[in-house]
Amino acid sequence: MAHSSKAHTHSLVTLLPLAVATLVVLTPFIWMVSLAFTSADQAFSASNLIPESPTTANFVTALTSGGLGRAMLNSSAVAVIVVVSNCLFASMAGYAFAKLRFRGDTIVFGVLISTAMIPVSVTLIPLFLITKGIPLAGGNDLLGVGGFGLLNSIGGLALPYLVTPLNIFLSRQYFLEFPDELAEAARTDGAGELRIFFQIYLPLAKPLIATLGVFAFTGIWDDFLWPLVITNTDSMNTVQLALAKFLTSGNVQYGPVLAGAVLVTVPVLVVFAFNQRAFISGLADGGIKG
Amino acid sequence: MPETTTLTPTQAGPPADPVAARRPARRGSATRRTRRIAVLFILPAAAYVVIFHLFPLAYGLYLSFTNYDPQSRSGPQPVGISNYTKILTDPVFLSSLAVTGKYVLYVLPGAVGLALVLALLVNRSRRGIGFFRTALYVPHVVSLTAVSMVWLWLYSPQGWFNQILGRFGAEPKQFLLESSSALGAVAVMRIWKALGGNMVLLLAGLQSISRELYEAAAVDGAGRWAQFRYVTLPGLRGMLTYVVVTDIVYLAQSFGEIYVLTRGGPVDSTTTVNFLIYKQAFQFNDMGTASAMGFVLFALISAVAFVSLRQMMRTRS
Repeated sequence: MAHSSKAHTHSLVTLLPLAVATLVVLTPFIWMVSLAFTSADQAFSASNLIPESPTTANFVTALTSGGLGRAMLNSSAVAVIVVVSNCLFASMAGYAFAKLRFRGDTIVFGVLISTAMIPVSVTLIPLFLITKGIPLAGGNDLLGVGGFGLLNSIGGLALPYLVTPLNIFLSRQYFLEFPDELAEAARTDGAGELRIFFQIYLPLAKPLIATLGVFAFTGIWDDFLWPLVITNTDSMNTVQLALAKFLTSGNVQYGPVLAGAVLVTVPVLVVFAFNQRAFISGLADGGIKG
Repeated sequence: MPETTTLTPTQAGPPADPVAARRPARRGSATRRTRRIAVLFILPAAAYVVIFHLFPLAYGLYLSFTNYDPQSRSGPQPVGISNYTKILTDPVFLSSLAVTGKYVLYVLPGAVGLALVLALLVNRSRRGIGFFRTALYVPHVVSLTAVSMVWLWLYSPQGWFNQILGRFGAEPKQFLLESSSALGAVAVMRIWKALGGNMVLLLAGLQSISRELYEAAAVDGAGRWAQFRYVTLPGLRGMLTYVVVTDIVYLAQSFGEIYVLTRGGPVDSTTTVNFLIYKQAFQFNDMGTASAMGFVLFALISAVAFVSLRQMMRTRS
C-alpha cells in the first residue's frame, strides 16, 4: 500500500464533505450562542452571526425572571441524589452479579435488565400514582392516602431514576473483566466481603463510577416529561421545564430563551468534555453487548 | 481508535479471560457467606427496580381496564376491554398512530443513512479526526429541549431558514404552523439530533471489522464498492440492526421536541401517541384510556422491533 499521491487526494476528497457536514451540524449552536448575546431590539432583524453590540442582559433575564437560577438549584439537588444512588447501588449489584455468583443469578439479572425495554408510555401514569401514594410523605397516611405524596418535590423528581437497569448492566460488564484472584487473595487474608468490594474493587473501578455518574447526571439534567407531569409550581421547576415554560410565557423572546438554553447546555458540555471516553465508549460498549 | 475502545479496567493489570476467571469462583468460594453477601449487594437495586420499574407495568395494565380519574372520589372502576375497543375506533388515536409511524419513517432513513456516511468519513486515523468526531457528536449530548429552542428560532419567520429563502426572493414560510410541513420540519431537527449518536455506534462497528478481511478482498480484486458491499455491510450488520431497532423504539416515543416545537399542532398533525397520552392522562384526567393507549403503543413498538430485528439479522449477503 504505497500510493502516497493517491492517498493525498483521497484524504482531501473525504475531508471536504466532512468539513461541510461539521459546519452544517454546528450551525444551530453557532446561532444559539450568537442570539444569546444579541440585545432584544436587534434580535428580530438578526442576520449577522456576530452581534453588533454583544450584551449579557439576556443571561440575567433568563436567570432571574426566567426562573432558571432556581431551576438550576433544583436540578442540581436531584442530580446529586440520582448520581450518588446510581454509583452506589448499581455498582454493588453489578459487582455481585459478576463476582459473587449464586444459583439463579442470571435469571434475576435478566429480569432486572429487561425492564429497560419497558417504554415510558406505559409506566408514566402508574409511576405518577405511586409517587402520589408514597406513605407518610406530603400529607399521606401510612397507606399512602390523603395527601400528595412526593408529587412536586425533589424526592419525587429523583424517584424513577435512583437505579437504572443500564447502569447495573454496565457495572456487571465492567467487573467481569477483573480477575477473581484479587478477591481470593483478600479472602485468604481474612478480609470481609464488604471490605473486598469497597476497599479493593471499587477503588479500581473509577472509570466505571465516572461513566455511571455521567449517565445519571445527563439523564436527570435533560429529563423533561417526568418533571412536566409531577410538578405544579414554578419553585419546583427543573432546568428543562423552566426553559419550556419561559418559552411559552407571553411573547417569545428568543434572546433570553436561547441564553437560557446556553446556560442549561454548558454543564452537560463540561461533563462531556471531561468524560468523552465515558460518553462515547460507554455508549459503544452498551451497544455492542446489548 | 482512541475514543471507541470498550470499557476496560485500566489499573487492574491485563484483563483475564472472563469465563476462565469466573470458573474457580463458582466452585471454590461460592460459600454460603458470599451468597448471603451477594443477596445483600443486589437487594437494594433489585427491590427498587421491581417496585419502580416492574410493578408499574402490571399496575398500568390493570389501569388500562378501568376508568380511573384521579379527580373523582371513587377509585378505578373495572370497565373490561371497553377502553381498547373505544380507542381502536377513535379517529384521534388512529391519527396519532399514523403520525408516530410517519415520524419514524421520516427520521429513520436520514438518521441512519447519513450517520453511516459520516461514520465512513471519520473512520480513519489522521490528525484532527478527533475534532470532527467530537463536533459531530455534540447535538447528541445537548438536551432535546434546548436544541428544540434553537430550531424554533431557525424555523421562525425571521429565522435562518427564512433568511436563506429570502435571499432567493421567496416568501417567508411558517414551517411549524402549516400542517403540510410541520411534521417534516420536526423530523429534520430530529435527524440532526440523532446523527452523532448513531455515527459513534456505527464507527465502533466499523472498527471491529478485521482489517485482514479488507486485505483479502483487495487481493481477490474487489474494488471499493465491492469491499463496502461484501465486507463492510455484512460486518456492520449487528451494529446496524442495533441502531435501527433502538432508533425505532426511541422515535416511536417522541414527546419533548413535539411539546416544544408544535404542541401537537397544527390540527393534531404532529400529535404523536405519547403526546396524546400526556394530554389524555394529565389534561383530561382520563388515565384508564391513556393507559390503554400506552399498551397499544408498547405492543406495536415490540412487534415492529421484533420484525426488523429478525429481518435484519436474517438477510445474508
